[in-house]
Amino acid sequence: MKIVTCIKQVPASSNVEVDPVTGVLIRDSNNAKLNPYDLYALEASFSIKEKNPNATITAITMGPPNAKSVLKEALYMGTDEAVLVTDRRFAGADVLATSYTLSQLIKLIGEVDIIICGKQTTDGDTAQVGPEIAEFLGVPHIPYVIEILEILDDKIVVKSTYDTHDEINEIKLPCLLTIEKSNLTPRLPSYKRKIKMKNYQIDTVTLDQLNDKNPKHYGLNGSPTQVEEIFPPSNEMKSKFIEGNKETLAHELYKILDENKFL
Amino acid sequence: MGYIKINQDKINDKIVEQLKKICPFDAFVYQDAYLSINAACKLCKLCVNKGPSGICEYIEEEKTFIDKEKYQGITVYIEQRENKAHPVAWELIGKAKSLAKVTKEPVYAIVIGEAVDSIANKALEYGVDKVFVYQDDLYKDFNVELYTNILIDYKTRMNPNIILFGGTPEGRSFAPRVAARLKTGLTADCTSLDIKPNGDLIQVRPAFGGNIMAKIHTPNHRPQLATARYKIFNASNKEKPHGKIIKMDSSGISKDTSIKLLSSENKPKVKDISDAEIIIAVGRAFKKKKDLELIEPLIKKLNAEVACTRPLIENGWFDPRRQIGLSGRTVKPKLIINLGISGAVQFIEGMKDSEIIITVNNDISNKLFSISHYSIAGDIYEVIPELNKLLAKII
Ligand SMILES: Cc1cc2nc3c(=O)[nH]c(=O)nc-3n(C[C@H](O)[C@H](O)[C@H](O)COP(=O)(O)OP(=O)(O)OC[C@H]3O[C@@H](n4cnc5c(N)ncnc54)[C@H](O)[C@@H]3O)c2cc1C
Ligand SMILES: Nc1ncnc2c1ncn2[C@@H]1O[C@H](COP(=O)(O)O)[C@@H](O)[C@H]1O
Repeated sequence: MKIVTCIKQVPASSNVEVDPVTGVLIRDSNNAKLNPYDLYALEASFSIKEKNPNATITAITMGPPNAKSVLKEALYMGTDEAVLVTDRRFAGADVLATSYTLSQLIKLIGEVDIIICGKQTTDGDTAQVGPEIAEFLGVPHIPYVIEILEILDDKIVVKSTYDTHDEINEIKLPCLLTIEKSNLTPRLPSYKRKIKMKNYQIDTVTLDQLNDKNPKHYGLNGSPTQVEEIFPPSNEMKSKFIEGNKETLAHELYKILDENKFL
Repeated sequence: MGYIKINQDKINDKIVEQLKKICPFDAFVYQDAYLSINAACKLCKLCVNKGPSGICEYIEEEKTFIDKEKYQGITVYIEQRENKAHPVAWELIGKAKSLAKVTKEPVYAIVIGEAVDSIANKALEYGVDKVFVYQDDLYKDFNVELYTNILIDYKTRMNPNIILFGGTPEGRSFAPRVAARLKTGLTADCTSLDIKPNGDLIQVRPAFGGNIMAKIHTPNHRPQLATARYKIFNASNKEKPHGKIIKMDSSGISKDTSIKLLSSENKPKVKDISDAEIIIAVGRAFKKKKDLELIEPLIKKLNAEVACTRPLIENGWFDPRRQIGLSGRTVKPKLIINLGISGAVQFIEGMKDSEIIITVNNDISNKLFSISHYSIAGDIYEVIPELNKLLAKII
């Protein structure tokens, strides 16, 4: 059984701002980390492998060369392989182009039974990449999986959670799952594995190695949506500003609640 | 469509320094006296517009234009479960009607299910011009494969300009499938939608995972797909129905699926903060879960619901349904009191339309103060115990 787990490097801090005068984006650091939801995706992959010791897990990511660091993390946590797909022609990719690129990589890896994605990323925050990859591969998908109940040769049974209800579905392989946070605790990278994987070379795939080599299908060219403009959120409200010692503040707060008839 | 060209002749260390500073994505790579841009580039064009002049240039590539006239109509997908519509649909219809005024397009709705006539009638009351109904026993429960086939059939027959989906868990699984099959754009969780006279949808959403907004468009693909969360837009006004119900023949649509729903169980209802009239929202200023006891008297006196920011959900202090914000619930209460919340854009987008906003924070530069009616500069651990003393005096 072959599992591919899609992971992404995201900014560690969400403090990006736009300078209102110059319109320049300011990020307070370039620190990056593994998307926290993808930890659950990895954990779900490991749980399948525990039940199916013959399974192999390949972590993949599309990103700049330094995104290799999240692949290393995945290897040290327990994936068997890791592949980076990177090319400057992928720059400016939206959901469609990102999903298409990842689906091309998955086709290149070949004969995959289960593709696992996180529920969403903390930077793109769309939750759309998983379902779009599934569509490009022509396989079914189940979102928000919290438990893998049964793994058979040609199908699996999973429990997933929605706002108002939970569902149990049986889905034929190959398929794609997106993993919701659950009560599984993601494991930490292990020192032992780090030593073991010391000489492992992460595969790097570029556009020229994919089946579809038409650059028009990737990056900004392959992206139907484009960012026209970025701007700071508007704050135009006038507000009553109250300062003072704690007694004054509590009194003022009390007065506001009282005058507005909330008490 | 295009790319950024770098004028290598003018590159020197100082310019490289300037460009590296301006790029929020760290995409410039300077090696062997050659400056290149790597895959981290998001083509935000800041280096072109704000960088040293004459270095970075945006090269527009030739493109084939689509005939936008051929795509007409704004369609709202009505999500249903157990033959009940998700109310986000009525909000999307309201938005669709206001967009359609600009472009003079019709507003349509589409509903898929087993017995959905009453939903179709309701859509007419909200003022759609036509509601397309795909009815079959097989369509009783949402199935992403069967439902996608239907939307493709609908697209082929109707050539809509825009399709709007609710940003619900179902919508966020369904819309991307449709978008990928149609090879078109999809913008998630829009917080504002507008339209150009040529029919281009202007979609606004927070972007790059930070405190910034992006205006996104789909200049050369149709239909344009977008999702918006519940309570972001106002529900459509009801009117005297003028529209028609169109029953669609689904006999030619493939009904093969690899997904079998084995069981489905409703969760116990929790009081939904989306409908709460008075909310006390708490943030990371609360150091321990036990400290939440501080607000008990206030909750009781105001008969309020408690809500929180995302980090407290991540701590496991609350049911995720109590999270306010773009990845939580949108709320519009009569009163919201924010206690120790910094006011990240994702939080503000979820509560900015509240009628009265009171904020207590010890950092006078926190962003919530600029959208609050009453800003109280103080420490929650001091102000709330004092307030509790005052509250104790009234019965
Ligand atoms: C894609 C994405 C989606 C997100 N979606 C959401 C969402 O839906 N909802 C959400 O809430 N967040 C969301 N976030 C997270 C968001 O960006 C912020 O990180 C989060 O809202 C911050 O929570 P906070 O204000 O409680 O904590 P902090 O940012 O740590 O702020 C704490 C505040 O309390 C003040 N404070 C500290 N001590 C005291 C005291 N003793 N008295 C008074 N004030 C005090 C501080 O000055 C500060 O202003 C999202 C992030 C991303 C990237
Ligand atoms: N660049 C990427 N490389 C690998 N996987 C990705 C990438 N972007 C998104 N994903 C996967 O898709 C999921 C949803 O991402 P998003 O649609 O951005 O919220 C993530 O949790 C990942 O599993």
